[in-house]
Amino acid sequence: MSELSEAPPSLRSATVRPAPGIPPALLWALGAVALLLPLFMAESFTLFQLTTAAIYAIAILGLNIITGYNGQISLGHGAFYAVGAYVGAIMLDKLNLPYWSTLPAAAVICGILGWGIGRPALRLGGLYLALTTFSLAVAVPQILKYRGIEEWTGGVQGVLVTKPDAPFGLPLNPDQYLYVLTVLLALGVFILARNLMASRLGRAIVAIRDHALAAEAMGMNIANIKTATFAISAAITGLAGALSALAVEFVSPDSFQASLSITLFVGMVVGGVASIFGAVFGGLFVVFMPNIAEGLSKSAPGVIYGIILIAFLFLLPGGVAGLLRRLGARLRR
Amino acid sequence: MLLEVPPLLEVKGLKAGYGPTWVLAGIDFAVAEGGVTALLGANGAGKTTTLRAVCGMIRTEGSITLAGQPIQGRATEDIVRLGVAHVPDGRGTFMELTVEENMRLGAITRRDKGVAADFERMFELFPRLKQRFRQQAGTLSGGEQQMLAIARALLLRPRLLLMDEPSFGLAPLIVQEIFGIMARVRDEQKVSILLVEQNANLALEIADQAYLLETGRIVVSGPAADIRQDESIRRSYLGY
Amino acid sequence: MNGFLHQIIAGIATGGIYASVALALVMIYQATHHVNFAQGEMATFSTYIALTLVNAGWPFWLAFVATVGISFCLGVLIERVLMRPMDKAPVLTHVGLFIGLVLVVSNLTGWVFDYTVKPFPTPFFDGPLLGGLVSGHELGSTAVTLVVLGLVYLFFRHTSLGLAMRAAAFNPVSARLVGVRVGWMLALGWGLAAAIGAIAGIMVAPVVFLEPNMMLGILLYAFAGALLGGIDNPLGAVVGGFAVGVIENLGGTYIVGTELKLTLALVIIIGVLLVKPSGLFGRVVLSRV
Repeated sequence: MSELSEAPPSLRSATVRPAPGIPPALLWALGAVALLLPLFMAESFTLFQLTTAAIYAIAILGLNIITGYNGQISLGHGAFYAVGAYVGAIMLDKLNLPYWSTLPAAAVICGILGWGIGRPALRLGGLYLALTTFSLAVAVPQILKYRGIEEWTGGVQGVLVTKPDAPFGLPLNPDQYLYVLTVLLALGVFILARNLMASRLGRAIVAIRDHALAAEAMGMNIANIKTATFAISAAITGLAGALSALAVEFVSPDSFQASLSITLFVGMVVGGVASIFGAVFGGLFVVFMPNIAEGLSKSAPGVIYGIILIAFLFLLPGGVAGLLRRLGARLRR
Repeated sequence: MLLEVPPLLEVKGLKAGYGPTWVLAGIDFAVAEGGVTALLGANGAGKTTTLRAVCGMIRTEGSITLAGQPIQGRATEDIVRLGVAHVPDGRGTFMELTVEENMRLGAITRRDKGVAADFERMFELFPRLKQRFRQQAGTLSGGEQQMLAIARALLLRPRLLLMDEPSFGLAPLIVQEIFGIMARVRDEQKVSILLVEQNANLALEIADQAYLLETGRIVVSGPAADIRQDESIRRSYLGY
Repeated sequence: MNGFLHQIIAGIATGGIYASVALALVMIYQATHHVNFAQGEMATFSTYIALTLVNAGWPFWLAFVATVGISFCLGVLIERVLMRPMDKAPVLTHVGLFIGLVLVVSNLTGWVFDYTVKPFPTPFFDGPLLGGLVSGHELGSTAVTLVVLGLVYLFFRHTSLGLAMRAAAFNPVSARLVGVRVGWMLALGWGLAAAIGAIAGIMVAPVVFLEPNMMLGILLYAFAGALLGGIDNPLGAVVGGFAVGVIENLGGTYIVGTELKLTLALVIIIGVLLVKPSGLFGRVVLSRV
């Protein structure tokens, strides 16, 4: 009941199919060039923005799995992002663990947290879940500031982190290395997510969204699948959070306001609900759109942001991914 | 020689349906002023669809006129406000509201002073509603809900009353009671009734005119008495 | 002991604000089965309108009435323009629209009225009463809240329009069949909720000062209150709102400290949903799992 009206009915259409005549190998090569190009072309700030966009794309992908594919509306995924970032920062700064260990750790911890939240969330329908997760998003900065855990979280001050150097003597500066690391991880997560959604479990996740009763009648354990989906989704968004700690080199409660969760939600809608690839557009949108909006009107990027969201819901409910799919279908005909 | 009275409801070439296909394949029928017209047919013949089409609840094509005024394509609210009351299939009870509030809703579009008197009339017709007046309507029995639905419809002071299977799911005694009340209402109140029934025997007893629907088409029409007499129709369509 | 009593009274006063916002939420919920996330932002915007009128030299209560009227119209307008065309869309689209509304209204507020924190005048006696137990504003705003709640109750119970609105919410198909204009009832529900939200905003602004995010926390407390009382029960929402006000004040003072006050709202929300999802006075509203 809770997918957007034009969301893709199946996953087949959500994945990119090579246009006829172009060999897949060439397509992969073109993609690789496009991803590596910024290393040599972009200034360090643009590179940072692209890194951030890739991180957001991962986070939005996580949100899309629970909200887009499974129909459980979360307005609190910023909380998992925040926890992932703090797990990373604390492991680096307080425990002196290697940076690469923070990424799986953040994913696992957020996955467990997602499982814990997904259980009670089972009892909540659409709007209730949305508001409850939203109140989680609002509460997170307060909890992070709480004095009782200040020793770990650094309270209002937050925690400072340093970017890792490139390993194996690769000729990359830390900015470039982090870009490569993020893009590779994003690629891995996207491929995993695509395979997941094409699997039996993935079909069950979507079936529960569209036909909960039928899915139950077919003997699916809806409670377990929904909870597991929540956990997977939280783990992916948590991983993005840990990456963001490395990229920003700083975590603080004010970086994880409720607006972060809203940003992820907007990114999901704009990129394309229930679309793996759409998350990429979502990530690019939430990073670059505020700049463009500020260019249009200094005082009101937020208003424009909101108007764009509403406009997408009215005019392009399938998001950018849906638009491209439709254009692609027209070209092929 | 009497002047010919135009029918209250006149339907021509009516197509109606829910999705892309039509359930009604273009039917013609009329409801005369001041009588009971029965619409008979098996399950799925399109009886309920016809009633829904008349009051604009579904997609339609063709012409529907109420006392000469075209109403096809108009909003349900507007058609109701022209004096078409509908006792819908499933009875349409406002379960969460009280019996009193359900009845008040029946008269909600009225601005005249006669509402209080009409409430008394309903209590006379349906004494049980008076007993249950303050009770939540969801707690009523099926028969009581049917009575409430009829009372709600009559409180609109309709010119045309559409009734969808008033006997459905009720005990024979209650069905008799309800049909008795229907006859009273027809005689005492100036209201014409379009009655949809699966129980053809019962309907033909009270009706003046009858139409027989089969898969979206009218296959037989005529005075109810004639249809009752015609053994071949009874055998092939009505099954008794 | 006196401090404790004062905390309870102060809790009731803030609880009154939560109660009216909770009532606004429940009304939209009853009319449309939606929870309007933008309720708080809309109320804040209304409060700025009131401040603008007061600063322009209008008498307070005239500005109050005008603001409530304007807010009503804005609420109706939003329903007609934004929600109505998306009537049949899935829940996710509605949530998206609410989020869009939050973004537009809150940023518009900051854009038009700037982000500085502004004091807001109270129409009531501005000082302590009853030996310092309660301030004039607390007493006055609680009274206003109670009057509003009473009027809303009377409206829904005893007027034809109120009955028609309830009918449209419970059973839109049947409501149409008795001639109720269901679409307009929804718009009216939005208008009323916006008007009540405006009153809540004007009553709370003298306490918390006026800034674009003034209502964010209040919305969450109100939601907690509405859930506590039962989201489909206006009277329950009011009781729940008052209760949350008291819990928040006592909890904030004696248990968790003011730093975690918002977390308290989260705890109440999750607690209610886990222990008694229908609320204290409501009917069960569970999703099918």
